[in-house]
Amino acid sequence: MSEKNERQLRIVGFLCNWCSYGGADTAGVCRFKQPPLLRIIRIPCTGRMDPLFVVKALAQGADGVLVSGCHPKDCHYAVGNFYARRRLELVKRFLPFVGLDPRRFHYTWVSASEGQRWQEVVTEFSAVIQELGPNPGIGADTPMETAGQAASAFA
Amino acid sequence: MRIGVFVCQCGTNIAGTVDTRAVAQRALDYPDVVFATDYMYTCSEPGQQEIQNAIAEHRLQGVVVAACSPRMHEPTFRRAVEKAGLNRYMFEMANIREHVSWIGQDRAANTLKAMELVRMAVEKLRRNEPLFASEVPINKRVLVIGGGVAGIQAALDCADAGLDVVLVEREQSIGGKMAKLDKTFPTIDCSSCILGPKMVDVAQKENITLHAYSEVESVSGYIGNFTVKIRKKATYVDWDACTGCGLCMEKCPSKKTVDRFNEALGVTTAIQIPFPQAIPKKARIQKDACRYFTTGKCKVCQKICPTGAVHYDMEDREVVEEVGAIIVATGYDLFDPAPYGEYGAGRYPDVITGIQFERILSASGPFGGHVKRPSDGKEPKDIVFVACVGSRDKSVDRPYCSGICCMYIAKQAILARDHLPGVNCYVFYMDIRSPGKNYDEFVRRAIEEYGVQYIRGRVGKIYPNGDRMVVQGADTLLGAQVEVEADLVVLATGVESSRGAKELAEKLRISYDQYGFYMESHPKLRPVETNTAGVYLAGACQGPKDIPASVAQGSAAAAKVLALFARDTIATDPQVAGVLESACIGCGKCLSVCPFGAIQWKTLRDGSRKADVLETVCQGCGLCNATCPPKAIQLRHFTDDQILAELDALCA
Repeated sequence: MSEKNERQLRIVGFLCNWCSYGGADTAGVCRFKQPPLLRIIRIPCTGRMDPLFVVKALAQGADGVLVSGCHPKDCHYAVGNFYARRRLELVKRFLPFVGLDPRRFHYTWVSASEGQRWQEVVTEFSAVIQELGPNPGIGADTPMETAGQAASAFA
Repeated sequence: MRIGVFVCQCGTNIAGTVDTRAVAQRALDYPDVVFATDYMYTCSEPGQQEIQNAIAEHRLQGVVVAACSPRMHEPTFRRAVEKAGLNRYMFEMANIREHVSWIGQDRAANTLKAMELVRMAVEKLRRNEPLFASEVPINKRVLVIGGGVAGIQAALDCADAGLDVVLVEREQSIGGKMAKLDKTFPTIDCSSCILGPKMVDVAQKENITLHAYSEVESVSGYIGNFTVKIRKKATYVDWDACTGCGLCMEKCPSKKTVDRFNEALGVTTAIQIPFPQAIPKKARIQKDACRYFTTGKCKVCQKICPTGAVHYDMEDREVVEEVGAIIVATGYDLFDPAPYGEYGAGRYPDVITGIQFERILSASGPFGGHVKRPSDGKEPKDIVFVACVGSRDKSVDRPYCSGICCMYIAKQAILARDHLPGVNCYVFYMDIRSPGKNYDEFVRRAIEEYGVQYIRGRVGKIYPNGDRMVVQGADTLLGAQVEVEADLVVLATGVESSRGAKELAEKLRISYDQYGFYMESHPKLRPVETNTAGVYLAGACQGPKDIPASVAQGSAAAAKVLALFARDTIATDPQVAGVLESACIGCGKCLSVCPFGAIQWKTLRDGSRKADVLETVCQGCGLCNATCPPKAIQLRHFTDDQILAELDALCA
């Protein structure tokens, strides 16, 4: 267990090319310091986000998954983030059912100008993941009541 | 595949907090990587040459560059590998500057992170395929949205080059804010004398179609081929028949209509031409002020009009324009000083805004150019100007500098002294910002030649005392509280984004910042481009700007359009969706989610129906890819395989 704790924690970020990827760039250009946990995968639009990506990442041992795109109504492709919002919300509620801790998954909206906001998003989510510690994988650390709550939220 | 990895030091930008040598060394352990090195400046000419040499020498089939953001230099490196004979899509970037070296100081953690990002890029590249662009024809017409000075300049430059231009203006006349100004800093040029001829040019150019009193309803299509729906709002006057004679204005009985052009300082008629130099010089009925529309009786203008142009039953009309590029020049609005209750704007008639004072100074203004105060029409003996009202103030969510107020205060103070030589002018300021050609000299002139008294400090309160106003503030240089009695107080209200800017941005699919100003592609190097190809920016819609900067941007945006239109076709982005027909089950989900109508049915010889992507229409969002149940439709360059490979590289 101690060995696992010493392993560096990793967050996978899926960022829309037009807004949040640019926001992360802006944060970099402004030298807004962030914890080094995040690894970013660039996607054209959050509408490209297959729910599978989130589940696979967490099932394969990523300690957190962060998805960020354009603010609703400001999608480069008009409606991509509306689809994303629905799908990602469902994914979040679905995670407890497959034994994954929903706190390890976060989605949000950051525009290309919001470098400061990006810094806050990364810092806050990194703190959450640091608090949770390494991801033990499927089934291990999902308290039954979390799953129960999620189930009742569905009903 | 034979892959080469190039790790950029970017001087010390990356090498300062990332061990680039170690990152390159580690890359040699990754599958298919046969060559790896680090280099001082990979984007430089010799740096690109290094890549090209390595491609030849090591027979590389794919290249990874670990450097800055791909939003910065991906096109540069794609061209470089293409020159060396590779397909431009056999290239990946790992962003180890903006996303690594610039956001953390921990060298060990940064180096590890950089190694992982390179690993992800290598794994993705191993699954890349060569892609080839196709060509679509360009419709060489341009739409300019906004007829202020920036939009006028852009429209004229495009028209001079022979393009067909469509100019849309929300108000009844073009001219924008500049048309309301009396004089311009730092030359004291008469504003309407320098803008007027340009406005007339717009009206006279045969290849400019002007839609005034019109708004953009919707925009569809993409670079080279946009379809724009424009709503021509009802004016109740047939502009083809109206000659602008003004007879209707003389006879209209509703003479108490608030004059918006004169910033509510005067009154006008319900049927109106906003100002004498208006283009188009056509009348419009303001419905809520018109006696006929409010009471059902009157029709004086209809009876008097010599050409029978007045039609009370007119309705909004929609026109459709097809264009290949769009220039957005929607300008700005001025801050409403109401949140500053302590200044009393709106409560005291002699506390006015800068633009109101501009109208007072103007010969075509409410007082015919005589400087009088609104309350009793007396000539003021003391005028106080208050700078930074709605600028550099977080408490009203306007932390930015509006850039123009320092200069327009100096100009107005000089003009006030010109009009009324005996008047005393005081300016309360925070700092004087005058970084333009001859700008600081102009402020010095106001102080030294015209004797305008500058007091460094904020105003705390403005209250009436008899028929005068008392301005209470701090003099931070003296370290004392001061009170100045004045007949007239001018609040130098700052610049904010134009009303409706966000809604328009959403129609155009361009981004805006938290204050509603439009985002340029790159703050330094692509100032008039947006991230939506074919849409360009000019003027204050991008951020506060003075007239010279707005004009320069108008010309710059026009130059960008001309460069685009110099070719007959445009290469489409080949990063589009493609269908694996053997896997497609014909469910049609991709057809229903595609925002662009880029997917259609195709019937195979066996009678089964399959999805088929129109490659020139597809914009590459990947919505269909995420939706497709059997994953038969894949977004090229961002396939499931490629994204999952990046994920595997990180998690496995």
